[in-house]
Amino acid sequence: MTARQLSKIAKRVGFWALIVLIMVYAVFPFYYAVITSLKPSSDLFRVELWPSTWDLSNYAQILTQASFLRAIFNSIVVAVSVVFIALLLGITASYALGRVRFRGRSTVLLVILGVSMFPQVAVLSGLFEVIRTLNLYNNPAGLILSYTIFTLPFTVWVLTTFMKQLPMELEEAAIMDGATPWVTITKVFLPLMWPAMATTGLLAFIAAWNEFLFALTFTLTDAQRTVPVAIALLSGGSAYELPWGPIMAASVIVTVPLVVLVIIFQRRIVSGLTAGAVKG
Amino acid sequence: MTTSSHHSAPEGARANPLPARRSRGTKVRRQRVKAAWLFLAPMLVALTLVAGWPLFRTFFLSFTDASLSDLGAANFIGFENYLVQENGRWFGIMADPTWWQSVWNTVYFSVVSVSLEVIFGVIVALILNAEFKGRTIVRAAVLIPWAIPTIVSAQMWAWMLNDQFGIINHMLMGIGVIDNPIAWTASATYSMWAVIMVDVWKTIPFVALLVLAALQMLPKDCYEAAEVDGIHPVRVFFKVTLPLITPALLVAVIFRLLDALRVFDVIYVLTSNSTSTMSMSVYARQQLVEFQDVGYGSAASTLLFLIIALATVAYLYVGRKQLQLGGDA
Repeated sequence: MTARQLSKIAKRVGFWALIVLIMVYAVFPFYYAVITSLKPSSDLFRVELWPSTWDLSNYAQILTQASFLRAIFNSIVVAVSVVFIALLLGITASYALGRVRFRGRSTVLLVILGVSMFPQVAVLSGLFEVIRTLNLYNNPAGLILSYTIFTLPFTVWVLTTFMKQLPMELEEAAIMDGATPWVTITKVFLPLMWPAMATTGLLAFIAAWNEFLFALTFTLTDAQRTVPVAIALLSGGSAYELPWGPIMAASVIVTVPLVVLVIIFQRRIVSGLTAGAVKG
Repeated sequence: MTTSSHHSAPEGARANPLPARRSRGTKVRRQRVKAAWLFLAPMLVALTLVAGWPLFRTFFLSFTDASLSDLGAANFIGFENYLVQENGRWFGIMADPTWWQSVWNTVYFSVVSVSLEVIFGVIVALILNAEFKGRTIVRAAVLIPWAIPTIVSAQMWAWMLNDQFGIINHMLMGIGVIDNPIAWTASATYSMWAVIMVDVWKTIPFVALLVLAALQMLPKDCYEAAEVDGIHPVRVFFKVTLPLITPALLVAVIFRLLDALRVFDVIYVLTSNSTSTMSMSVYARQQLVEFQDVGYGSAASTLLFLIIALATVAYLYVGRKQLQLGGDA
């Protein structure tokens, strides 16, 4: 075997070792959470890579907790409403920004970009006041309202990019037929925008599902909390002993749907992320 | 990209009906501009309600002594929340060592974690850009950390980093790197590294995907030329690839930097309100919610906002200069 062949083999081995390393690094924490959640509490503190006994008691415990089920329900309501509102406002706004040339257009785009760079804490006290004035404190509706601050700019931005790419001829034909802008959006553009809307909707869903700061600050009681807050505040009998088994079971329950979504829609998500960022 | 590029109709054919078209055109145009503002209105109202007005109120409240229990009964106190001298001593945020500690923590966290994310993100992107069997599976696996909620990833790592029963201490002791378990999330020395570890794990995918998108748009021919000339791949990376993906890297860095400067979730869950990891966001929220001092907390929020705005402007300025320099090549 020549030295050249040897170095070629070494390169291949190194390459695959790197791939395995990346895979393990990316997946291991999630894998470890899954196996922890499947252990009986007596085995919890034995470190092992493959559980010696399997047990669903952690899941039974977390899924019989009314407050956790309630948190899942709240999270679903909040995330779905946020997606719906962001898409509705986003598609109309992106028509205006993507298809019509008017004065002030670039100012509006700049404002949107500025809002997306806001630190959430900067609006915390002002938003708290707004939410209390509207009587939405400790109410998922208050979260739905506040989440538009980070979902809307992003949605508008990405949808505008997609809207710009649609062929001019379509719209001209619609105008020639005397269609109003509203009809043009709903009848001509909407059917073509589904892929873009699926992408942005998915990203908005994930963002709303994961949000923590507002959810922690604007809700007070167990019945109104969302999943991230519920998981962060799960505690055991004493302050020193965290119920790791149930925490991991809860983590797996709320993460599995997201992981499945991401794996199914990975192409869409990647295109959405890059469309949002590369245009910036 | 108008239709005129497709229709190469002779000019004469269009010249005749032009006046009629123009009047019709302006009417349609006016209608469209009116519709545009109408369609923008709901979004603008929503953004004013959740962003513009609250930001203004935060500025305003930072000059008052408002408390969380009764926001209405606030008195204007000028700059007292920021800095005030009483009996020869300084008070206010600017005189609070905990605030400066949290500023330093935030900057340290941001610089270290974004640097690590960029380095590892580029490496992962280069791997994913190579063609090999099972690339789709690897790409999906790499996306998993990004999809996991920050709170959940913080809890997963908190469990792995548990001082007595965590697998990380177990493994490090197993291979003899450490003799005694490390209290990762509790010790002042290691807790910042624990936070950085979790953040880096979670956000490498984001950087990697942006870089990968840039890599896939690169022209193939200069690589073939480099291969024919027998130039070492590392040299090709630094001389060809890196300059070409710099714009994408700059975008990824600004997105990540803005995110890192406002970090809250991961620090709050992993180390709660400990001063050795406290970020500016954690500090502001603690004043605002736990100490109920809305005026003081708002002042901290305002400073955070100004710092981030300044950082953005500075970055865009420097980035634009660099892009202009690199863009001519």
